[in-house]
Parts: sequence; structure tokens; C-alpha cells
Amino acid sequence: MTAFYAFFLSLPYAAAIEPHLPVLQIVIPLLCAPICVLLRHPRLSWMWATAIIWIAFFIALVLLGKVLASGLIIYEIGNWPAPWGIEYRIDAANAVVLVIVTAIGAITLPYAKTSVEKEIPEPRIYLFYLMYMLCLTGLLGITTTADAFNLFVFLEISSLSSYVLISLSGNRRALTASYRYLIMGTLGATFYIIGVGMMYMMTGSLNMADLQTLLPAVDHTRTVLAAFAFVVVGLGLKLAMFPLHTWLPNAYAFAPSAVSVFIASTATKVAVYALLRVVFTVFGHTGLFETTGIDLILIILGIVGMFAGAFVAIFQTDVKRMLAYSSVSQVGYMVLGMGLATAAGLTGTIVHLFNHAVMKGAAFMAIGAVFYVIGSVKLQDLAGIGKRMPVTTAVFLVAGLSLIGTPLTVGFISKWQLVQAALDHGFWWIAAAILFSSLLAIVYVWRVVEVAYLKAPPEGAVRREAPMFMLVPMVILAGATVWFGIDGDTTLRIAGEAANALIGSVPGGKP
Amino acid sequence: MSGLLTGWTPGDALVLTLLIPVIGAFLVLALGRWENARDGASLITAACLFYVVTQLYPIVAAGGRPDIVLFDMVPGLSIRLTLEPLGMIFAGIASFLWIITTLYAIGYMRGHHEENQTRFFFFFAIAIASAVGVALSGNMLTLFVFYEVLSISTFPLVAHHGTEEAKRSGRIYLGILLSTSIGFLLFGMIWTWQIAGTLDFVRGGVFNAEQAQGPMIAVLLALYAFGIGKAALMPFHRWLPAAMVAPTPVSALLHAVAVVKAGVFSVVKVIVYIFGIDILSAAPGTDFLIYVAGFTIIAASVVALRQDNLKRRLAYSTVSQLSYVVIAAAILTPISVAGAAIHIAAHAFGKITLFFAAGAIMVTSNKTEVSQLNGIGRRMPLTMVAFAIGALSMIGLPPTAGFVSKWFILQGAAQAEQWTVIAVVVASTLLNMGYFIPIVYAAFMKPEDRPDDAAAGGTKPEADHHGDDHDDHGHGHGIKYDHGEAAFPMACALAVTAGMTFILFLKPDLVVGLAQQLTGIMP
Repeated sequence: MTAFYAFFLSLPYAAAIEPHLPVLQIVIPLLCAPICVLLRHPRLSWMWATAIIWIAFFIALVLLGKVLASGLIIYEIGNWPAPWGIEYRIDAANAVVLVIVTAIGAITLPYAKTSVEKEIPEPRIYLFYLMYMLCLTGLLGITTTADAFNLFVFLEISSLSSYVLISLSGNRRALTASYRYLIMGTLGATFYIIGVGMMYMMTGSLNMADLQTLLPAVDHTRTVLAAFAFVVVGLGLKLAMFPLHTWLPNAYAFAPSAVSVFIASTATKVAVYALLRVVFTVFGHTGLFETTGIDLILIILGIVGMFAGAFVAIFQTDVKRMLAYSSVSQVGYMVLGMGLATAAGLTGTIVHLFNHAVMKGAAFMAIGAVFYVIGSVKLQDLAGIGKRMPVTTAVFLVAGLSLIGTPLTVGFISKWQLVQAALDHGFWWIAAAILFSSLLAIVYVWRVVEVAYLKAPPEGAVRREAPMFMLVPMVILAGATVWFGIDGDTTLRIAGEAANALIGSVPGGKP
Repeated sequence: MSGLLTGWTPGDALVLTLLIPVIGAFLVLALGRWENARDGASLITAACLFYVVTQLYPIVAAGGRPDIVLFDMVPGLSIRLTLEPLGMIFAGIASFLWIITTLYAIGYMRGHHEENQTRFFFFFAIAIASAVGVALSGNMLTLFVFYEVLSISTFPLVAHHGTEEAKRSGRIYLGILLSTSIGFLLFGMIWTWQIAGTLDFVRGGVFNAEQAQGPMIAVLLALYAFGIGKAALMPFHRWLPAAMVAPTPVSALLHAVAVVKAGVFSVVKVIVYIFGIDILSAAPGTDFLIYVAGFTIIAASVVALRQDNLKRRLAYSTVSQLSYVVIAAAILTPISVAGAAIHIAAHAFGKITLFFAAGAIMVTSNKTEVSQLNGIGRRMPLTMVAFAIGALSMIGLPPTAGFVSKWFILQGAAQAEQWTVIAVVVASTLLNMGYFIPIVYAAFMKPEDRPDDAAAGGTKPEADHHGDDHDDHGHGHGIKYDHGEAAFPMACALAVTAGMTFILFLKPDLVVGLAQQLTGIMP
């Protein structure tokens, strides 16, 4: 990572640009997105989006390198100093999330090109790229900003664009799914902004660092307590925390394949990050996390979500829906790690942000490729798909093994870290719950594997792989699933830094 | 290193032993279109692997412990290979028997007209690679990784036929093995790491006396013993009989040697190197393992008595014999632990012979049930003599390897005054006789019962005729009465393994020396 930073500094004009990277990360995709409307042409919009998002990816890597080398970056928008102006702050925690989001965004684009041509009517394709870039902007903004209200603005940018993205699919059920997501998402955002309003009322500040110092003085008031509740529930809706997950399965299942890949791997992750930031930075100095018992609530909701999601996944006949429910289950692990509220637990959450993005991205890409070739994602139509599309099915298998948490895949690393964090606490029953929920994952993954490999393909089926543009990205993600499953050391160390950045700001935080 | 490996460090040679079967697997895949080249590649790979392993033997026998750290998987825990005596025994057996089994499998798969042979040989090689990985593991994490790869890579072999029955068995197989390992073994492992701060294999164990207080050690031991589902302790043994739907070479090498031995090997390894026998014998409640293993020995033998299907009878016999290794290790005396190591070798050669014989009978005559074997010894004398030798080894009578290991186990039990163990071993010996001797007796002494109308035609009337060639596919088809010995590669393979059972009795030093190093009876 630091190598990227060094490489960047060797570029011409780097010294002039370097201080402005935090804002460029967001401004570039934001300003470049509307140009798609002028371009209109599907191929041109694709090339434009690709160029911009790869630049964003590069910036994210440079920023992560810089943070790991020299610590916190603070950027004041328009040079207005902190409590008055908007501030961007980048530490290890959000630098990691920036890399995850831009990496998935970048790797999904080549895949999207082919997939979108098939699934979205041509006159609307440019809209896809436009919304894709806006959504990315929103997610990056949520991640970077250190201003509670500004976070709401970016939350809306990403949400509104993702409603459009989901409804772009030709499937009419996507409209209902998107509408439902809109209702729930708006509720979530409203709850969040109500909470922010209450905080503003009590402290007169919107800056997160400022709030952190001001809130403890008023943390006994009912207003702040209500603010905390509103913010947690609002963000809980966005991250699909059980039982606030009901918008997710249909939204993922009926969205165009490329959208499922992108949203499943990034949107909930960014919401998890936002909740982490609010709980551990904004409210970090208040005792609310412990006194309200929210830690135990998160642990319990996390565990129930793990089991409920996986259990429902077992009974799905639509593989995309199955993966969606599996996401509900996997979000449970992240929420659980958050509830543990130790450096080890947060490391588990953050490493799982990355690991789950990689494996779920691979799984959704594989199933999207299947849809591209055979036009269905129903379980019974996948008979013998292992023979018809060997590479795609192998990618799905790797991702599935990772969902189970078998060693040599990233899923194992996450589980290892979370179980260890639970045992650190002395919560052996949590450790047992994490491991036993993997057993449910065996069942839903193996249902697909059996149909794919052991059932004979239907008469007349020919061997036909997905096009290269789809294959290469998913093989890369599957490769990453294995690579970071073998070398979990790197990701765990960076996630550990990130966890320390979050919990380090809490004086009473248990290291 | 000497020989062809001059210039290699022993550590690098360990990596090589892992890589050879993996490279072999991909060669098989690449050569899939040319049957002879593909099977040749399998054989050559197996021979190369065995060569490298033999080159490592003198180093370990002289007290060397080749070791290499590959990389860190999670902070503070690396993937690490170390070769010590027990691993040497296991790797030696697995690599040697791989050659023989490949030979046998070529004959079997062709004679039985199996489909998807390339996939079969590919996963076979991957399974061997992971079994060798288990043998070479330098810490518990590495062992766990290879253990899981072994479970997953053998699934396609178990479900090879793709029939409903194969799928159901595959589900049981993977279901039990994955759930026990993730639910118990991984749990126990992380817990161990939490307490001891290391998962390295250290003689004498990783816990100090202070950490080993209270009932925790017994609970951890239970997590390991049941978590290692491949050791087939009851009640987690059902995957093994289920795995018998696989083609016979799989049952022979994997479900009599590589997979199941990986299980008991891991149990012994955990007892010797994670807990240490001194800590275990001091901790309260750890003797439950003796009773569980003892029960498994007796109960599995009783079930075996009632099985008519030959492969299933052998499978239950394996369940019972695996618990011999566990019980021997659980006695916790140096001499019985050595007995456990020797039994891993002794049972391997004996049981693979029995499976080879069962497969040879099945391919040549289509007989799968014990009740059909009357008089078959006269048609297939070599096969049935080999079967008899294997059976003697199971019972534990001289002149076979089974006698040596039983001798050590009984000695250890007597030393520790474990009368239960002695009673179990005696009872099980009788039961073993009960389900093996009748087969041998019927094969040689009873007249062949052939239906009269089949006498002329050679096959039963309902059989589908394929002309005179040596040909049939699947179970339940016509039983043949006009056959002789099995095809040459198969006959050759089972003669070699039967011979090895005999040789291990005459020259037990090969294994016994290593086994005694294990607990430090000998330096």
C-alpha cells in the first residue's frame, strides 16, 4: 500500500494534487457522472465510467498508503475551519472502506458492460453508468466525511441512485422491489436525520469530532438518548440489520446482475462503516453504548440474523435470492463483531467487510453470468451447469466454500477472527453460535453444488461459457477470495489498524 | 539431501512432497484425452512422491526434524511443515500405497468401465496431496487446513457415480465431516490458541501445569476427539459406511488408509503434541476417551457381524480398528502410544488388501455380498489367500503385522493396569474372528452354489450378456461363474500389499523404531 503512495508522489504535479486527494476522491466521480447524459452512447458511457472509477480506485489506494504511512488526514472543505466548515477525515478505518468500495466498483465495470447490454434496454444504458457513478460518489462521501449532516447528504445521493439502479432491470418485479427499498431507505435516512437534528439541538455542532467532545456533557438527557436510538435504527435499516432487512432480498434478487454485484458488495458495507463511526466516534465518549445495553442488543440481533438469514436461504429456489438471504446472515457477523466492541471484535467486523465484499461479489457475478447464458437463476434450471459453464461454476464453488468458512478462503479468516474475539470476551456460546451458523451455510451452498455438478444437464444443452468480460472479473474476485484466505495476515493487520483507529478514540475503549 | 535431491535442503524437500501430487493432478487433467498417458502420469507421480519420501526417511530416523515455515496465515500463526516420526510413518504409508493403488485403480476403473476417469484421478491426486499435507503439518492450523481440503477433495470421489444413492451418501459424508470439524475441532483449536498462545506441535504439549487445571482439558480433549470426525468415533462414524458407494480404489486407499488414517493420526498427534501424555494423565476426566473408543470397537464389530455386503462389513471393521488406535493413544503410556503408531501402519496394509480383494471379486464376478462367496477361493486362489492374510492381520494373529501392534497395545494396557482395555481387545479379537473366518472358510471349503441353468451359459439367465469379454458395469447385474483371477494389475497390487503385511511382521523395525522415537522410549 505504501508503495502506491510512493509511486504517486513520483508522478508529475503530485505535490500540488496530493493535499487535495481526499476531496478529489469524491468530486471527480460526482462531477464526471452527469457527462454520461451528454455522451448517451452506451459504449462511450462505459469507457468514461471505467476511466473515472479506476482513477477513484487509484486515489483510494494512495490514500490508504498515506494513512498507513503517516496517520490521520484532515481536509477542510473550502478552507473553512472545523466546527463551522465541513471536514473530511481519513484514518485507517475509512481508508480501508474507500479501497473496498472503489475496488469493487472498478472490477464490476467490465463485467457490467456485457451484463447490462443484455439486461437493460439500450436507450437507458447510459442511465446505468450515470447512476453507478453517483452511487459510488455517495458511498465514498459517506465514508470520507467527518460531518454528521454531510453524511446524510451522501446517504441520500447513494440511496436515490441505487433505487434507480435497481429499477433499471426489465423485470417488473424490480419496480416493486425498488419501491419497497425506497420506502424503507427513506425511513432509515429520516430516522438518521432526526437523530442528527436532536444532536444539533443539544450541542449546536454537526462536526463528528466536535460532537464527540460535546456530547458527554449532555449524555444524560433524554434527547441525546433518543438521538442515539434514532441514528442506530436509521443506519440499521440501511445496513439490513436483522429484523430491518426486509427490503434487501427482493432488491438484490430483481436488480440487474451488475447492480446486485455492486450493491451487495458495497452499500451495506458502507452503512456498517457509518454505524461504526457514529457509535465509536460520535458517541464514543458518552457511556451510552454500555448503559443502554446496545452492545448486547447488537450481539443478539447479530446472532439471530446469522441464523435466520441462513435458515431462510436454505429454502430459496431462486439462487440470487438465496445469496441475498445469505447476505443478511453475513451482515449478522459484522453486527456481532460490532457488539463485542473490542479491538478484536471490530477487527473481525472490518476484515469481514472486505472479505464478504470479495466473496459475495464473486458469487453474484457467477450467478449473473449464469443468467446471461441460460436466462434463469432458478435452482432446477442449473442442472449440470458445472459441465456447461465450468469456470463460472468453479467461481461459485469457491465463493460458496468461503461463505461456509472453509480454510484457504477469506471466510475462514473472518470466522477465525470473530470466534477468537468472542472467546476473548469469555463468550464461548457466541463462538459456538458463529461456528454452528456455518453449518447452515453448508446446507444452502451444497444444494446448489449438488445440482450444478451431480445432476445431468438437460438434453441438448451445450457447453457455453460466459463472455470474457464477465469471466475475467469474477475469476479475479475468486482469486482474491483464495489469495486473502491464504494470506489473511495482511488484511487482518490492516483491519486491526482500522479497529484501533475507531476504538482508539474511545478513552474507555477496551483495547 | 542426497541422491537425486542433492543440493536441496530437507525443508524444501517437504514442499516438494506437497507439490508433486498437485503437479501430478494437473498433469492428469491436461492429459485427460489420452488414457494411457494420463494413467502413466498418475503412476510416475506416485513413484516420484514415494522416492522423495524415502529420501527423507534416513533424516528423520537419525533424529532430524526437517522444518519449513511457509507464510503467516493470520498474525502470529503460520502455515508450517515439520516432519517428525509419526508424520514419517503416515507419509511413508500413504505414498507407498498410492503407487499400488494407482496400479490397482487403472485395472479397476477400466475393467469396470467407470465414467469420468480423468476427474477421478485428478481428485485422487489432490486427496493424496492433502493427506501428505496432514502428515507434514507443523502446527494445528496447518493440519486443519489440509484436513478440510481432504474432506472436500474426496467428496467428488464418494459421489462419483452421481446416482441418488451416491448423492445421499455424499451428503452424509461431507455433512458429518465438515460439521464436526467446523463445530468442534475449529472451536477447540481457537480455544487452545486463546489459552496457550501457540498451536505448534511440541512434545509434552503446549499447556503448562497452571493452564491445565480443572475440567477444561477433558472438554478440550472431547472437542478434538469428536471434532476429528475422520477418526470415526461413535456416534460420528456414519460417514464411513456411507462412503462405500465410491469406486473400490477410493474405499481402499482413502477410506482404509489416507482419510481415516489422517483422522486417527490427528488424534494421536493432538494427544502427544498438543496435550502431552503427562498433562493428560494428570488431568481429571480424560479417561472418557478410553470408554468411547472401547464402545466403538465392540459396537462396530457387532454391526460388522450382521452386514452381508462385503464392503460395508469391511467399513464397520475399519470403524472398529480405528478406535484401536484411539484407545491405544488414550491409555497414555509411551509404549501404547507407540502401539497406536504401529497400528496405523499395520491396519493400513491389512485393510487395503481386504478392499483390493473385495474390489477384485466385484469386478471379475459381480459378487458384492458375503453370502455369494461360497467356493470363490477355488476360482480366485491368489485373491482369497491375500484376503485371508489381511483378515489374520485384522484379528491380530501372527504372522501378520496386526500381531505386532496388538502386542504393543496390550503391553501398554497391562502396564497402565487398564483392564477394560484388555477386555475390549480380547472381546474384539473374538468378534473379528466371527466376521472374517466364515468368509475365508466359505471361500475355500464350501462348494460353489451355482444355479443349474447357469452352468452352461456361464451367467445367470437374467444377466445382460456382453459376449465373452471380461465385462460388466455396476452392481446387481448378472453374477458370473466362469471367471478366474482378477486382471493382472489388480492381482499384482493385492499380492504386494498382502506381502507387506507379512513383511511388517518379520521386520517391524522400519515402523517400530520411528514409533518409539515418538514418545521418547528411544532417542
